[in-house]
Amino acid sequence: MSDEYIRVENLKKYFATKRGMLHAVDDVSFGIKRGETLGLVGESGCGKSTLGRCLIRLLDSTSGKVLLRNDDGNGYTDITKASPKEMKALRKRVQIVFQDPYSCLNPRLSVWELIAEPLIVNNIYSSKNEMRKRIRSLMDTVGLAERLENSYPHELDGGRRQRIGIARSLALNPEFIVLDEPVSALDVCIQAQILNLLNALQKEYKYTYVFISHNLSVVRHVSDRIAVMYLGQIVELSEYKELFDKPLHPYTQALLSAIPLAKLDVKRERIILEGDVPSPIEPPNACRFAGRCRYATDKCRSVPPALTEVLTGHYAACHYAKENVKQ
Amino acid sequence: MNDTMLDIKDLTIHYEVESGTVHAVEGLNLTLGRGESLGFVGETGAGKTTTALGIMRLIPNPPGKIKSGEIIFNGENLLDKSEAEMRKIRGEKIAMIFQDPMTSLNPVMTVDKQIAEMISLHKNVSHSEALKLAGDMLELVGIRRERMHDYPHQFSGGMKQRVVIAIALACDPELLIADEPTTALDVTIQAQVLELMKELKQKFSASMILITHDLGIVADICDKVAIMYAGRVVEYADKRSLYEHPIHPYTRGLFRSVPDIDEDVDELPVIPGLMPDPVNLPSGCAFHPRCSMAAEECRTSRPEMQEAEKGHFAACPFCVKKFMNGEAL
Repeated sequence: MSDEYIRVENLKKYFATKRGMLHAVDDVSFGIKRGETLGLVGESGCGKSTLGRCLIRLLDSTSGKVLLRNDDGNGYTDITKASPKEMKALRKRVQIVFQDPYSCLNPRLSVWELIAEPLIVNNIYSSKNEMRKRIRSLMDTVGLAERLENSYPHELDGGRRQRIGIARSLALNPEFIVLDEPVSALDVCIQAQILNLLNALQKEYKYTYVFISHNLSVVRHVSDRIAVMYLGQIVELSEYKELFDKPLHPYTQALLSAIPLAKLDVKRERIILEGDVPSPIEPPNACRFAGRCRYATDKCRSVPPALTEVLTGHYAACHYAKENVKQ
Repeated sequence: MNDTMLDIKDLTIHYEVESGTVHAVEGLNLTLGRGESLGFVGETGAGKTTTALGIMRLIPNPPGKIKSGEIIFNGENLLDKSEAEMRKIRGEKIAMIFQDPMTSLNPVMTVDKQIAEMISLHKNVSHSEALKLAGDMLELVGIRRERMHDYPHQFSGGMKQRVVIAIALACDPELLIADEPTTALDVTIQAQVLELMKELKQKFSASMILITHDLGIVADICDKVAIMYAGRVVEYADKRSLYEHPIHPYTRGLFRSVPDIDEDVDELPVIPGLMPDPVNLPSGCAFHPRCSMAAEECRTSRPEMQEAEKGHFAACPFCVKKFMNGEAL
């Protein structure tokens, strides 16, 4: 764990509902290195956004640890147990970019005010001049023209709005950024522009990213490693290429085969999953995918599989992953 | 092609709003043969949905208005039809599936009644007969008959979209317009719904217009593709020739900006700039401000569609010429 920037251990987040406990994130553990991008994929309701929010404590976790490496490089701080005062300092280091650039910006603030907000809240600058310089340079970094500084969000298109969201998250020089579906609301051409921007920023400032998305080709493009989530748990975690070339978990296999490809004559077997994702409320103590899995056995229906390292650096939570590799 | 089902000629649809006139659809031409399925691709604001609503004569008026053009469906111009005649055509001859299944179903009506409503409107059957047919339709789209008395909120997103498909197909329409039918769904559910649509298209031998922004879905289920940009079709071809050699600069840019699932690239090639404001379209070719090949002529005269090879049309004289001379694009 020595070279990891963030380390998540047995993280759980349950929500109490009328019908019982909703297991949004259920015993998740992983680590991310500095400057690395971890892609987090899964379908709606699998808990990927909840996990993203727990990582930077926008939600309090039910149990488990989120360890963040200290500034001086020695030891870790558990963000889930930090005091409000410690939290204020930590907030500068961890940031988030939200999915919907139409609803995450205050419509009554101008671009200038929106980007200035985090700087003012944290009392970063005493002189107005310095702050102005900083805002200008931030706008420049994310590709917003200076003439837009007095515009309001409703006057701008989705791509530009997302750039404001990114500028806000960069304002405090963070180290770790959770990108929660940052391009899902955008058209492909704009999507490509924003992906290039995020990539260039990471190269320059060594940011550590968690990139949450349901779009697998986008995740493949940006990630170093990818974690696949199903019903609150990570079912597979691997280096990005290997995940696409050698998916070990039956859910990952189905997910990959379901992507519509913009190509002709691609021969592949499409695995159509039966039914819908089951309810995350009081899930059974077994493999959660068993009900939809075409290989499911009695063991799958009674014993929950643990996430184990099947190949070097390639983890899967399936009783039969090892046998699959041999075939 | 003598078996043309739908022939749209020079269709122009404007919305009159406070800030000016929105040129949503501007001189659009399109044909669709019987039994064909056409993918209608473009970005937000390109005018895809407006075109579809135009065919159904469902443009909200005001502010929208069909300014000119013809929509010939089975030899008759839909724009000359009375409202009463249109009501007969909608649902029976042309049916539409909307993007968001959550909002296109009535939340206080059980699903069997919603399907039966469509059947009773167009077919001369008794109420109980209509309900029985509704149950048959549900089974056809893969929902158990026991669930026919459930309300929409009791179904998941994918199931709701199946109900919407059942309503659309209930009267065996000749043309089905599907407006982003799977955009609101997850990939595995999307795969289920697309598989179902492919199967039903065969069974009902209906023609289909599939509106989408996803080139992958088009590759999966369409025969023909039309690429739309700023209110016009800029390229039209059958799927194979379009995917193998796209001609229009916009189409080529669109293909390149989608991240590839098999290939590593450091930086995605992007089309610079943004979609033009439909209130204020650029002169000449609407794409010229973003086009790397734009010449003086592109700024002044609007390019017409030209045939580059059999059945493959593009609205860029330069690229068509280059292509025909065998030069690289």
